[in-house]
Amino acid sequence: MEPLMAVGIGILYAVAIFLILRRSIVKLVIGFVLLANAANLLIFTTAGMTRDAPPLIADDRLLPAGNVADPLPQAVVLTAIVIAFGVLAFAVVLIRRAYEIVQADDMDQMKDTDT
Amino acid sequence: MNPDVALPVLLPLLSGAVSLLFWRSRALQRFVAVAGMLGLFVVSVRLFLLTLENGYVTMQVGNWPAPFGITFIADMFSAVMVLLASMIGLAIGVYSLATTGRGHEAFGYYPLMHLLLAGCVGAFLTGDIFNLYVWFEVMLVASFALLILGSERAQMEGAIKYVTLNLLASVIFLTATGLTYGLVGTLNMADIALRLDASEHQGMVEVLAVMYMVAFGIKAAAFPLFFWLPASYHTPPVAVSALFAGLLTKVGVYALFRVLTLLFDQSMDYLQPILLWGAAFTMVTGVLGAAAQYEFRRILSFHIVSQIGYMLLGLALYTPLAIAGGVFAVMHNIVVKTNLFLISGVAHRLQGTYRLKRMGGLSRRHPWLAAAFFLSAFSLAGLPPLSGFFAKFMLVRAGIEAGAYVVTGIALLVGLMTLYSMVKIWNEVFWKKLPDDNNVPDNTAATESNGRLGLALMYLPVMVLALGTLLIGVFAEPLVRVMNMIATQLLNSSGYIEAVLGDNVASRTTTLLAEPKTPVGEGLAEGVAP
Repeated sequence: MEPLMAVGIGILYAVAIFLILRRSIVKLVIGFVLLANAANLLIFTTAGMTRDAPPLIADDRLLPAGNVADPLPQAVVLTAIVIAFGVLAFAVVLIRRAYEIVQADDMDQMKDTDT
Repeated sequence: MNPDVALPVLLPLLSGAVSLLFWRSRALQRFVAVAGMLGLFVVSVRLFLLTLENGYVTMQVGNWPAPFGITFIADMFSAVMVLLASMIGLAIGVYSLATTGRGHEAFGYYPLMHLLLAGCVGAFLTGDIFNLYVWFEVMLVASFALLILGSERAQMEGAIKYVTLNLLASVIFLTATGLTYGLVGTLNMADIALRLDASEHQGMVEVLAVMYMVAFGIKAAAFPLFFWLPASYHTPPVAVSALFAGLLTKVGVYALFRVLTLLFDQSMDYLQPILLWGAAFTMVTGVLGAAAQYEFRRILSFHIVSQIGYMLLGLALYTPLAIAGGVFAVMHNIVVKTNLFLISGVAHRLQGTYRLKRMGGLSRRHPWLAAAFFLSAFSLAGLPPLSGFFAKFMLVRAGIEAGAYVVTGIALLVGLMTLYSMVKIWNEVFWKKLPDDNNVPDNTAATESNGRLGLALMYLPVMVLALGTLLIGVFAEPLVRVMNMIATQLLNSSGYIEAVLGDNVASRTTTLLAEPKTPVGEGLAEGVAP
């Protein structure tokens, strides 16, 4: 399962970077959506994928019996999803305002402040 | 349990929440802004004194033993950074009272300012790599919103680049953190440091080191990843510019120092040349960019980039003296750069423009402002006996001792070029006569709504920071001693690791060496509960 995920995540990263490099600011934001999800999947995968072994501990024990899924990356991914969601919400509003003000969906029209 | 470490993080979060409660009352929000920053300053001084006494102050959040819970740790470096951040926060808080427009205040300027401070301080104090990411994001989101308050065209254009590159850096950081977790199975930085040393995949460790270097390099605006900074820092209101200039890039520099000295000290052989030449190019491009500009804040923005080069030079040389010099450069730069931006704001208030060609004559009419600029600008260029001189002296000496003659020569040359830009501003804004086409009379200040009181509020932080620059220069000796302590702590990470992990370091190290792939659960009380 992990190799398949690795290839999929790689493709996601590649597509995201390609979209970010485009001039359109809408594609830029779509690129960010993909990039954030690629990173989340990556964290999920690097910790190893374990089937059918929830990290539950029986009442009378301190440690789970046998090999269980690692709960920490899931918590980390959850936090990262929330952060990515907030940041993306901001980015969407930003490109909308930028489009209203600049009247163009094109990074090349937004070079006034560069030099 | 030691709540002193958490207080500097909690306090700005609390003041942010309180000022959100007073959303409709400008007066109360302004009061909370100054009171909150003052409180933050007090607890930061306390933390600094505690750290000075003990070396390390740690706290395990929720009393989970490290490495399972989140650790907050202050060593000398973080304590000094927190102290500086709170100083800048206080200065900006006072300055904002006079410069922030009604519209900005109505849309949450003050709560965002508190949040930004909370993010910075949290990043300085956390001992957990994922927690560091979270604090970075807190800081970033607050800075995004501050950057676009007002929605002018320039702000939008700058913000798109700022947001894009910073988000990219965050994702690289997150990816590296995920891979680190996959490699060592822990997020606690002290624990990662132990396990990376014992890891059998040293090639992967180097890849991780480079990923962190790129991520924090973008955030610190190092060459070649600095384009977002001069494109955006001159667009927001001046108090926001000053806050960003003083703090944000330095959080990136702090993270670079922390991660490379603590986690990746064994990869430094590989990283050193990259960092060294990165530092050299950062200095040169920044200073050349500034030479081409004729707008007050744009010149200063490019100089932020060039000064980052000095800090990186300290890290790249990686000797005790160089690290001490690099940290001294961070400290000096936070004070001086913030002050220069604040001064540009006062000049704008007096003359109604940031363009050098249309300004002039300030030295005659406002000698105190001119004196403050003189001190800060020449300190930035590294003239003795001001604060910048000692930073540069330590770095240059460390460079010569390490035999990096070319880069050291570049550093000296860049100092000269900095002087050129500063003299340019001095000549145009303060020395020459006010050009005829500037029809903003000099008494604008009196016609503004808050008039002379407003100007006094702007002058106060400027004067205090200028005095600070002078004092850092005059009383450099005790400060250099603090910097040397920081360098010793950074280069001997065992003290940090011991402070976090406590007594079980020795046992952990032996288990790690015997069995590198111990599962995360190791160390918890084993067996059946009674």
